[in-house]
Amino acid sequence: MFRYTLGRLLSGVITVWFIATATFLAMHAVPGDPLMNEKATTAEIRENLARKYGLDRPLPEQYVIYLSNMIQGDFGISFTQQNRRVNDIIKDHFPVSAALGILAITFAALGGILWGAITALYRNQLPDIIIMFLVILGISVPSFVFAALGQLLLVNLNQWFGTSILPVAGWGTFSHMLMPSLVLGLGTMALLTRLMRSSMLEVVNEDFIKTAKAKGLSPQRIFFKHQLRNAILPVVTVLGPQIAAITTGGFVVELVFAIPGLGRYFVQAVQQLDYTVIMGTTVFYGAFLVLMVILVDIIYGFIDPRVRLK
Amino acid sequence: MNFLKSLAIALCLFSGAIEAQSVDATRQVVKIALAQEPPQLNSMKATDQVSIFVLGHVMEGLTRYDRRGNLAPGVAERWTLSATSAKFWLRKDAKWSNGDPVTAHDFVFAWRNAVDPKTASEYAFILYPVKNAEAINQGNLPITDLGIRALDDHTLEVTLERPTGYFMKLTAFVTTFPVQERFYRSVEASYAADASQMLYNGAFKITDWVHSASLKMQKNETYWNRQTIRLNGIDADYITADTRARLNLFIDDEIAYTQLDGETYKDALKNQFRIRPFATGSVYFLEYNYRPERITSNLKLRQAIQAAFDPDEFVNKVLQTPGNLPGASLFPSWIKGVNKTFREEYPAKVLRPDLARAKRLLAEAKAELGVEQIPPLVLLVSDSPTATKQAEYTQGMLKTKLNLDIKIDVQTFKQRLAKMTEGDFDIVGAGWGPDFDDIMTFGDLFASWNLNNRGRYNNPEYDRLVRIAMNSSDPTTRMEAMAGIQTLVYDDAIILPMYEQGVIYIQHPKIKGLRRTVIGSDPDFTHARIVP
Amino acid sequence: MNTLRTLTEADFQPSPSEDNLEQISRPSLSYWQDAWIRLKKNTRALISLYLIVGLAFFTLIGPWIWTKDPAAQDLDQISQAPALPKTALLVKDFEPSATPIDTTHPPAPSGYPDALDAVTGLTVLGTPTTQSVRLSWSPVDQAGGYSVYRSESAPEGLMGLGLPLASLTAGNIVGFEDRLNLKSQTYYYSIIPTDGFDEFDVVSTLEVSPQQSITVSQALERQLIDSDDRPGQTVQLAFHPLGTDYLGRDMLARLMQGARVSLFIGVVAPLIYVLFGVFYGGFAGYLGGTTDQILMRFADFVVALPFLLFMILFKIAFGIGPGESGILPMLIALILLLWPATARLVRGQVLRIREQGYIEAARLLGGGPSYLIARHIIPNTMGVILVTLTFAVPSAIFTEAFLSFIGMGVAPPTPSWGSMCNEGVKTMLSHPHELFFPALFISITVLAFNLLGDGLTEALDSKMRSKE
Repeated sequence: MFRYTLGRLLSGVITVWFIATATFLAMHAVPGDPLMNEKATTAEIRENLARKYGLDRPLPEQYVIYLSNMIQGDFGISFTQQNRRVNDIIKDHFPVSAALGILAITFAALGGILWGAITALYRNQLPDIIIMFLVILGISVPSFVFAALGQLLLVNLNQWFGTSILPVAGWGTFSHMLMPSLVLGLGTMALLTRLMRSSMLEVVNEDFIKTAKAKGLSPQRIFFKHQLRNAILPVVTVLGPQIAAITTGGFVVELVFAIPGLGRYFVQAVQQLDYTVIMGTTVFYGAFLVLMVILVDIIYGFIDPRVRLK
Repeated sequence: MNFLKSLAIALCLFSGAIEAQSVDATRQVVKIALAQEPPQLNSMKATDQVSIFVLGHVMEGLTRYDRRGNLAPGVAERWTLSATSAKFWLRKDAKWSNGDPVTAHDFVFAWRNAVDPKTASEYAFILYPVKNAEAINQGNLPITDLGIRALDDHTLEVTLERPTGYFMKLTAFVTTFPVQERFYRSVEASYAADASQMLYNGAFKITDWVHSASLKMQKNETYWNRQTIRLNGIDADYITADTRARLNLFIDDEIAYTQLDGETYKDALKNQFRIRPFATGSVYFLEYNYRPERITSNLKLRQAIQAAFDPDEFVNKVLQTPGNLPGASLFPSWIKGVNKTFREEYPAKVLRPDLARAKRLLAEAKAELGVEQIPPLVLLVSDSPTATKQAEYTQGMLKTKLNLDIKIDVQTFKQRLAKMTEGDFDIVGAGWGPDFDDIMTFGDLFASWNLNNRGRYNNPEYDRLVRIAMNSSDPTTRMEAMAGIQTLVYDDAIILPMYEQGVIYIQHPKIKGLRRTVIGSDPDFTHARIVP
Repeated sequence: MNTLRTLTEADFQPSPSEDNLEQISRPSLSYWQDAWIRLKKNTRALISLYLIVGLAFFTLIGPWIWTKDPAAQDLDQISQAPALPKTALLVKDFEPSATPIDTTHPPAPSGYPDALDAVTGLTVLGTPTTQSVRLSWSPVDQAGGYSVYRSESAPEGLMGLGLPLASLTAGNIVGFEDRLNLKSQTYYYSIIPTDGFDEFDVVSTLEVSPQQSITVSQALERQLIDSDDRPGQTVQLAFHPLGTDYLGRDMLARLMQGARVSLFIGVVAPLIYVLFGVFYGGFAGYLGGTTDQILMRFADFVVALPFLLFMILFKIAFGIGPGESGILPMLIALILLLWPATARLVRGQVLRIREQGYIEAARLLGGGPSYLIARHIIPNTMGVILVTLTFAVPSAIFTEAFLSFIGMGVAPPTPSWGSMCNEGVKTMLSHPHELFFPALFISITVLAFNLLGDGLTEALDSKMRSKE
């Protein structure tokens, strides 16, 4: 187990290096001058800035400097906020995205497992049809539409109550997180519902269910003890990538609900061609994603006896 | 139903929901939303609107604007201005938020730093009227040669490069705000990165700044004129660029002020809000590329486009929000002239669409260029929704009216700038907002030496007129020269003025004394108060 | 039971041999035929097939039937909701009129008035049309100016005055001409006198219903009239069954054009990357060993790239030139980032199938590698590939929509459903149709491909077959 984990971590490090290199190359392929701004400045000023950010050196040298700094855990200084370190930006804003993401994935997992189980139980009956229709809606309406509708719902709710039931936007308390994370988790919830449904249907045909029935176990016990438990397993495998996808994909929700997450920084950074922030966020998120996948694999090994045997 | 309601309210209050209340008359606190995180609160380097908004509230220059928008004493108690120099006597009770007095040395330090090429301030040019500023900024002289000197702690002397009639107005601008050297050196690279890494000498100070989430300002108890400040706090509890989100916050009474746009104003109307107009003072226009290999260097072609464009239709049908004025001139209508506004004294020629003339001019252009059909023109625009919408309109308009093909080139911020600088366009959608309260902020835009003249318009007559206005302190001479430029802009079709920007906004009815301003910190809450 | 059965000779004859004992009574079904039959039995899958055919028809044939130019701007019918065809009054071209000034009245008050009277004599000059509404009133004593407001509902006192059209800064200006995006509906104009700076709390309101109109030159431009038509006539305006967008462009035509973009990206990108993934994964799986290790390690790297972040980065690194729609860069970025998923899937399948008993049997019976691949491996992975493909289509359409939201989608004026949605969401309360229709089309497409995917999964799954 230890050797396995170590091996996985090592390959994870190589993957992160690959991400860093790919980002570096892609970023420098973007046309435009990161040091240019709306008000034109003199050549002298531009040179000074280039020196400050090391952009006056040849590209391979920049790459080496960048990598060595990154190994020491230093992502440099932001181009747009010239007095803020990228490390601080990540430190300040990633926890926000992560908190939002964790709540979203909780909503998604609970909802997905519940709805999935219900649809499988009532296969091709009315509840199944209704829920699957909602699922399709969940995956077919763009998230920015949901975000706008969700906020509108809050405004109307608050107006109807005559007081602020839930905050319309902003960040700080738990109640600020509810609607954004629900909106953020909807897509994943729909995905998990489908996954859970097919997984449940597959498990029904397994031998151990037949055995359980033959033993004379009560239907409830079969459902909870055998069917549900075994059906959840494949759902767990997708959670890792989904957590990462949710945490990185929160830009829309962060913008609409005025949440100080890291996603906004990345999109702004790309638009402003803020080299250091682009590098910092992608590498950080890449590492996060890799770690999540490894973690889920290891956890999976613990809960699924079949995997452990191998 | 009432039971349900109260139950839900109880539950949510229990879960920690905050109570929405955008204004508080007893505490005199107002809540607002910022459109973005202020990217640069270092006054020597700030360029964007949000940073300037915050800085205008927490810092103060030699002069400031009063509640009627007139220039008033700030840190300087009184001053004298001659053709060659200016002298300022600073008030003794002006203090930094740490209790230190604001001295003349703080201004010397800030101004030298602002023009220092190492600082790389984009607004260094604001100080160009000061002796040697331009040469220092280009790296040709040491910063100690800047024409500013502290005669003692409270007397400041500025030597001017040339007579500058509007010099006093520059001393209210953020780039000229003081910075205490000792404090700056103690934090150096992270100056102004956080609330604790700045010193304040303005009416307010930042007490709490959570990046991208909130920025709270409180009345500054060390401010010399604190008796006149009524507000105790300005809480920017929300930071979002989404105008709909801000409108929703306003409807929910969580913020007391927000600007509207073409998409959201109808929803604000439905809520019966009192909508207020404000002219931002910016002009938007199409700028042509004058590099000789570009087809847009042909005058007849530009005139044909000018004759086809209907600014009235554009403002009424495409922009749709009230307050925008049809474009007619490089100079917006608020710019002051000798006695009245410049545009009242020197009316601009009104752009009226004349399709027959446009077609005739286009035929002449084709003949001059020796082509059957004008090749597609590249229209470079930024990726903002408004800009692309305007580009789409222009494309459709020129196609139907003149059968001119336009290729829209939508680029993100830096890519657009790069293309503009390299001259990789035929027409570019551009706008210009005033940096200081003088006609020259617009007037020298197309001078051959201006780096912002990205189409490389080069006309000795234009340059001559700019020089006349620059080197004179006689208002009439200057305005006459600018009137010449206004005529030239039309006759030579230098640009196609599209509109003067007007915006609409809503504010809480209990807020009084909120000042909207074209120059500097806008909106200005300094003298605002909340009535019960 | 005590009766003995009498046996006859015939009982001891061998039963007649039937020649056709081994004959297959029903037609032999291949894997695909069987899948097709079961797919046809699945109503939902069948509906989805019809939907997809319908979408293809809408996209490919639609523009031949509904020939309206999707780029044509009908500025008289901006953000028009779906409605029946309209008519308009033909009027002369607009001529600006001079600001009406009452020269007998002073422009500014002599002092600071404490109160002002309400405006009287508020009336409309001429016929109010959607080209212009000209208001006129009598000057108010001691006024230094007037504020003009326009509302779509009757104001109650100082509430709901509506849009501030103008702040006139002289007391002797006695008229205002409104041209701001007028529609044929009822407006309430309110005039408030001011002392030049502040408004006084007295309102005069006038109800005006402008008539839909069009100027001669505009009508000529849009080819609605012949050159000999004269002002005063009635003109039939262009018909927009699904309404228009923010520049008066026909929604139906734009939805059809947008379908081409969205479905192109949605179908072509997955086709290419799934195909590439099949070859890559198949190759790796079939060869096995070190080659497989290296190939799959590389695929793992690409999978690890944060998708949305790289999508944005690639999109902008490839850049969009002038006049280009930006479909190609998006396509390339999608392909570059998404192929490894299919590759991994296919490789896994190939590895699994290689170990299956029937492959072993076929090999023992003398089947060569090419036979094995063509006869067994490809058909058996085909199911998984098809299902992947159907689910990839919606996700590609989605990615395009997301990029449109952050302003990095297809470049205007090219419409896509995603960009139309993004435009629509901004005005979803005032003009819901601009959001509803593109969102509906995205939903239908996603729904259709998802149902088809589900149907295929069930139809192609051998486990499911054994149950029936």
